[in-house]
Amino acid sequence: MLYRTAGQFKTSYQADQALFPVRQDAVLLGLILLLAWVIFPLVASEFAFQTLLIPILIYALAALGLNILTGYAGQLSLGTAAFMGVGAYACYKLVTLMPWLNPVVAILLSGAFSAGVGVAFGIPSLRIKGFYLAIATLAAQFFLVWLFEKWGWLYNYNASGAIQVPNLEMFGVYVAGPQASSTVQYFVVLGVVTLLTLVCINLTRGNLGRTWKATRDMDIAAELIGINLMRSKLTAFAISSYVVGVAGALFVFMWRGAAEPNLFDIPLSFRILFIAIIGGLGSILGNYLGAILIVGLPVVLNTLPEALGLPISSATVEHLNIMIVGSLIIFFLIIEPHGLARLWALIREKLIIWPFPY
Amino acid sequence: MAILNEIFITPFVDMAEAPDFLMQVLWEGLVSGVLYALIALGFVLIYRSSRIFNFAQGIMVVFAALTLVGLHAMGVPAWISVALTLAVMFVLAVSIERVVLRPLVGQPDIILFMATIGITLFLIGLGEIIFGGENKVMITEELGIPTGDTVLEPFGGLLILQHLDITVVVVATVLVVGLLAFLNYTRMGRAIRALGDDHQAALSVGISLQTIWVLVWFIAGIIALVTGIAWGARAGVSFALEVIAYKALPVLMLGGLESITGAIVGGLMIGMLEKLFEIYWGQPLLGGNTETWFAFVLALVVLLFRPQGLFGERIIERV
Repeated sequence: MLYRTAGQFKTSYQADQALFPVRQDAVLLGLILLLAWVIFPLVASEFAFQTLLIPILIYALAALGLNILTGYAGQLSLGTAAFMGVGAYACYKLVTLMPWLNPVVAILLSGAFSAGVGVAFGIPSLRIKGFYLAIATLAAQFFLVWLFEKWGWLYNYNASGAIQVPNLEMFGVYVAGPQASSTVQYFVVLGVVTLLTLVCINLTRGNLGRTWKATRDMDIAAELIGINLMRSKLTAFAISSYVVGVAGALFVFMWRGAAEPNLFDIPLSFRILFIAIIGGLGSILGNYLGAILIVGLPVVLNTLPEALGLPISSATVEHLNIMIVGSLIIFFLIIEPHGLARLWALIREKLIIWPFPY
Repeated sequence: MAILNEIFITPFVDMAEAPDFLMQVLWEGLVSGVLYALIALGFVLIYRSSRIFNFAQGIMVVFAALTLVGLHAMGVPAWISVALTLAVMFVLAVSIERVVLRPLVGQPDIILFMATIGITLFLIGLGEIIFGGENKVMITEELGIPTGDTVLEPFGGLLILQHLDITVVVVATVLVVGLLAFLNYTRMGRAIRALGDDHQAALSVGISLQTIWVLVWFIAGIIALVTGIAWGARAGVSFALEVIAYKALPVLMLGGLESITGAIVGGLMIGMLEKLFEIYWGQPLLGGNTETWFAFVLALVVLLFRPQGLFGERIIERV
């Protein structure tokens, strides 16, 4: 009923291919944006910013980057965390070498370095496929993390071997570092995420996105109809790593505040892969749904025993969390292997024809 | 020029000057290679019979070792706890097949892969809750594994062979030979191979998919227990053991996902080459700890020339 499409006529191809063929979609998105841009900053507490809003956005962005590579171009990657690391370390070098640089520009630029590294590690994908490629991306994962540890120049040779985010100012307001307020950081993250999401939606709808999908579905067939596989796969690696790199820079500069090499270890890669898969491969919306689930769930689970008055030690809660997340992954894969985005799509279809299903 | 010298000449001079040290390094590499090969073998068995890339093999190693040590700590005699651990691994195999694999039959590979990561997380959580996360000592002596060492003196040098390592190599060899005999000469083994060749054809001649899957996961569990005992005796039992599971991945790439020979040859190659590289190139030139990535990069380079690994089935693609 809420989603009735009756009366929305499309009289041109342009209208049919518009971003929102159904008006209610646009209204819904508008509401979500209003919520994110206006309502949340007004009502959210410091705790909500730090444990929910900012990490959900950053994880969703990283998953979006991975989804472009795995969901749209069909190249399974297990090295996401390392590319996030490249973004974070590049950003750190940029702001320490050029302190006058606008922090947001530095964050957006740092993605370019990660894109370059991504292309370099994407070259084997021209010959290696499937799980073999997935393991090959682990080479990037382990090599890069080792490099973060051993190459002193990256962390300016400081004794701890970790990078510490300095205080960064933009238009007279601190946006990063210990003095920045959560609200400001939230707005920066939200701005970057909104921008990149918009770019990605349009990329995946366009010519490039279609060549990716053709490559994913059957790369030999795609080659036969004239798609340049090399260009298709390498652009996917480049754009995916760019987005992941920006997410990595945000991860350290807007949320964690400091990073050591093993922060970008393999569990982070898997976490982002979970988000992308539970949300739905080949979907943009799915990344957000997946991030809400994977980031939000442990927070809820952590507060639950206390709220119920159960005497469980925090270590046990943490282990229970791991177990529950593991079982939920299996559960969601069994009920809907195509992810939460597909569930929403089914609900939407039902709503459109409700209450008369014929 | 100096750097070229250090890369291409000095290491070989070092090797020639101290052949006993070289042999020691190769022996150490061989032993860890045997363990990598064992883990890879667990992967290959499951992959061949069900096309599932079983990421949980590594955590099964940890879980088996923890169960063994945990049971013994409760006062169960050593050999009975081995039998009980095997029973636990069997229950695990059955429940994985029932709860996880059966509803997911026919899904794309990546979904099944993710499901095994889900299993991994579940087992990590379960293991931590039941047994705790601290490092434990493997019950080496109670199991009657010799712990002394033999000192040989080749070329007038010194070569120390731990009896434990020798036992590991012997047991692993027996296990592999037994497994190959099982796969080649028994009805069940033939059924496993048939299933690996063609699911539909195997089903149509009356091979039960469910039974075989349980069987294969149970065999993987046995291999996990042996690996767990061997590695636990060398390094203690804790969740850090899980990292050796990652080491099995380049072994699989190098050897090919379907090949048992590949798993063994690949495991030994990677075990020895990464030790050699670490000692002669990694530590002097790159600041050490290259073992984390060397195997992956090596496998990547090999894959560029043989995309199916050294012994994998030739990849034939149809449009």
